[in-house]
Amino acid sequence: MAEELKLFRTWSSPYSLRVVHALKIKGLEYETIFEDLSSKSASLLQYNPVNKKVPVLVHNGKAICESLVILEYIDETWKQCPLLPRDPYEKAKARFWAKFGDEKLSSSIWNVLISQGKEQEEAIAAAVQNLKLIEEQLQEKKFFGGEKIGYLDIAFGWTANLISILEEIIDLKLVDEEKLPLLSAWMQNFSDDPVIKQCWPPRDKLVVKFQAMRESNLKTVLSQ
Amino acid sequence: MASEDVKILGAWPSPFVMRPRIALNIKSVNYEFLQEQFGSKSDLLLKSNPVYKKIPVLIHGEKPICESLIIVQYIDEVWDSGHSILPSDPYDRAVAKFWATYIDDKWFPGLRTISRAEGEEAKKAAAEEVTAGLVLLEDAFIKCSKGRSFFGGEKIGYLDIALGCFLGWLRVTEKMGNLKLLDENKTPNLFKWAEKFSSDAAVKEVMPETGKLMDFAKVLLAKSKAS
Repeated sequence: MAEELKLFRTWSSPYSLRVVHALKIKGLEYETIFEDLSSKSASLLQYNPVNKKVPVLVHNGKAICESLVILEYIDETWKQCPLLPRDPYEKAKARFWAKFGDEKLSSSIWNVLISQGKEQEEAIAAAVQNLKLIEEQLQEKKFFGGEKIGYLDIAFGWTANLISILEEIIDLKLVDEEKLPLLSAWMQNFSDDPVIKQCWPPRDKLVVKFQAMRESNLKTVLSQ
Repeated sequence: MASEDVKILGAWPSPFVMRPRIALNIKSVNYEFLQEQFGSKSDLLLKSNPVYKKIPVLIHGEKPICESLIIVQYIDEVWDSGHSILPSDPYDRAVAKFWATYIDDKWFPGLRTISRAEGEEAKKAAAEEVTAGLVLLEDAFIKCSKGRSFFGGEKIGYLDIALGCFLGWLRVTEKMGNLKLLDENKTPNLFKWAEKFSSDAAVKEVMPETGKLMDFAKVLLAKSKAS
């Protein structure tokens, strides 16, 4: 039976991109459905009625939601190119740091995007602290997964893409090569990987999008 | 591995701490329960969970594992005694993990909102959201249990633990707010499940008694009003 594999995503969603990365690394064929979140398709609402969000992976009619849950599903279903570590303790650490990335780290990066002046300075200091914690997990490895890209590299992938865009918009460096040398190298290695490289959304479009998000959030703060 | 030292850093009122304790009970693994003093954090906690400084933490040998649901998965992967906590089928696992995330990210914060709500209107609105969430979970229960007693089937599993740990606080919120949240009419399956879960051998001894929890909640409330 031919496998049916569909991914509901948007062009820019970093969470959707995680699933794209995993599917490509595993060498899987799939159909992409691009969603417009301001006008969600009936299919998306049917497959993800609870959160109504992307990404959603549909495998032979069964919908899997939440990007990190999808990553684990993909890894358990297709055994080639394993993404998660085998060892339970290493696995627990990978899951812990992926969650940290999605909660503490991403909100601290968001705070840098939507602030300015003194507030932004403080936001940057907090973000850099969090980035230092991530860097400590790399130790001397090329990737968080070791020699090859794994679950945690994919989970952190958004940083390799979006932080440089943020830096361009605010004209300030967050990941300084001197202060965060290992993380800086990882971002380069991850971005240059041939499988990852082909998936990045168009950079100029992303800059426009995040610039607009910054401006609308700054305006909201000023008008309060 | 089973002969290595197993410790849980936690506190008896915490629903999150209940989760790994239930999991270890399912696996019949003996552990030392080190309780944190309310209002202060021990050196061991700060050393084992420097990022969040929160309970629970499982310390297995020298290895600290943090975040309650991550700990439960770790326990399931390390010990194969008792029964499996996560389903064996990848899709069923994904469904269980999805709902556990929903419970932690959306449903439980809603439960907390009730106790913090100012005024009857706000309390009523918050309660309605919690009940609406339980209706979704009732539907999930029907799909996951496939006619059996628990989300996990014949025996309690990951999703039972993820939701069941909040039953004590749910009951306290109902009593203190004079509300009905787990409604026998709206969510008949969950209503029955709640009883079965609470009396399960792996759960009974770690589920705080409602009266004791309510006394604790009153102390908490008084402290938060004073500050």
